[in-house]
Amino acid sequence: MADYTTSELMVSRAAKELKNGDVVFVGIGVPSLAVNLAYRMHAPEICMIYESGAVGCVPTRLPISIGDPCLVTGSLAVVPMYDVFNLYLQNGLIDVGFLGGAQVDRFGNINSTVIGAYGKPKVRLPGSGGACEIATLAKRVVITIANSKRTLPEKVDFITSPGYLRGGRERERLGLKGGPELVITDMGVYRFDDETREMVLVSVHPGLTERTIQENIGWKVKVAKDLSETPPPSPEEIRIIRTELDPRGIFLRSKAS
Amino acid sequence: MSKVMTMKEAVARFVRDGDLVVMEGFTHLIPFAAGHEIIRQRKKNLTLARLTPDLIYDQLIAAGCVAKMIFSWAGNPGVGPLHAFRRAVEQGIPQPLAIEEYTHFGMVQRFSAGAANLPFLPTRNYPGTDLTKVNPAFKTIRSPYTDEELWCVPAIRPDVTVVHAQRADADGNTQVWGLYGVQKEAAFASRRVIITVEEVVESSVIRSDPNRTIIPGAIVSAVVHEPFGAHPSFVQGAYDRDNDFYVKWDAISRDPGGLQGYLDEWVHGLPGRKAYIEKMGPRFEGLRADRQMCAPVNYGF
Repeated sequence: MADYTTSELMVSRAAKELKNGDVVFVGIGVPSLAVNLAYRMHAPEICMIYESGAVGCVPTRLPISIGDPCLVTGSLAVVPMYDVFNLYLQNGLIDVGFLGGAQVDRFGNINSTVIGAYGKPKVRLPGSGGACEIATLAKRVVITIANSKRTLPEKVDFITSPGYLRGGRERERLGLKGGPELVITDMGVYRFDDETREMVLVSVHPGLTERTIQENIGWKVKVAKDLSETPPPSPEEIRIIRTELDPRGIFLRSKAS
Repeated sequence: MSKVMTMKEAVARFVRDGDLVVMEGFTHLIPFAAGHEIIRQRKKNLTLARLTPDLIYDQLIAAGCVAKMIFSWAGNPGVGPLHAFRRAVEQGIPQPLAIEEYTHFGMVQRFSAGAANLPFLPTRNYPGTDLTKVNPAFKTIRSPYTDEELWCVPAIRPDVTVVHAQRADADGNTQVWGLYGVQKEAAFASRRVIITVEEVVESSVIRSDPNRTIIPGAIVSAVVHEPFGAHPSFVQGAYDRDNDFYVKWDAISRDPGGLQGYLDEWVHGLPGRKAYIEKMGPRFEGLRADRQMCAPVNYGF
């Protein structure tokens, strides 16, 4: 077994999705690590914005929450949340948003509100936070989630954050641009078909097969013709993650393989 | 005119049973000391609004103070769920909790509309989400200028808003630095405003740096000098977030008995914040902020 964890692989893969100069709405955990990894590797001009209002952050320790004081110290700007959502997000300045959730379905709709019926929940989840507006107003969305029948059902119990809704052109018809472009799980990576807008498996993590994926997803997922193996993190990426980004293993050690 | 008073007096005079209460602060400056005093005074039937209820509303729910919560993200940031909130919603313990749910952007627009004395504000958000199906307060409007339909959220006008800040003068002119959250809008939307601060300063200090004032004394009802009043949340330049406590809260609150034990020991069992910090002991010293001063600016003309 190669010397890296699945979480490190996910961070590395998510980092590769970011371009130099992207303005990124950052969340805690894998997204935060991915953006900071991209910043140190290939995207030194990336601009990190946290929904707490910190813009152009240069955190010198791993932020534990999206409102960590280390995001303020040395940042380019600290703005009220009115500005974050109106002047930055709604105004179209955010290139990439990272989202997670309890469920993601075949068309990239995300549920972070409730399992079961809304009025009589089996499990009450935290709710949208800023996720719904990121899903509707960011130019590109990258989703990270565990790969299982429970987390990837054919249809989510509740659409907190819209993906491509029921597929096809429904999202565009409602006047929404953007949409999810990539789903990164602990087993593989998916993109969305340009026409049907459904999730398509494009790469499988080293050591796993397409069959494992089909056994851990809530519908028969389409597979890309050029299905590949997800590239593992490089030794330099692993060094940065372990010694600079998460030296105490707060987010990644627990999932070490 | 000095509005300085004790926390006990401010809460007794300006927070009433049945009020719509806001104690904002996005991770930063959450007014925990005020929340604890509301629990100690056993206020009832409150409607609480906040983007992120956080531990402070979890404690108020467990204490039986809350009939309804208006929110957009109910979790323990970076840790997990809010157990008292979930018990109330899923099982009606200790009493049923009505909820009214938005998103962060929606809550920001609600406070902004209230602060500007408008009935609502529109957004380009919300096409496609199921949130508009379960909350009838979301409505659409056709733009009178363009051929567009937009979702709207209604203004919110709290009875009382509590804001914790780095400093204010005795009249309530309040200065904040670091994360602003939505406190300014919440205060302007509110009928009464309680300011709790790390430091009460002379007005000359406020006037030396007027760009930093976010809330004017004109809308403030009370000023409370309450050092360390935001713990376990943080105050930029004063003390760090007590992340260890946020992790511990998960275990404390998982069991209703454990949570009541916490409230008995750390809220009902103490007269106020000074005793709370003394009870914490030397652990608090480890949270004190480093010094990182900004470059001075010239306000001369």
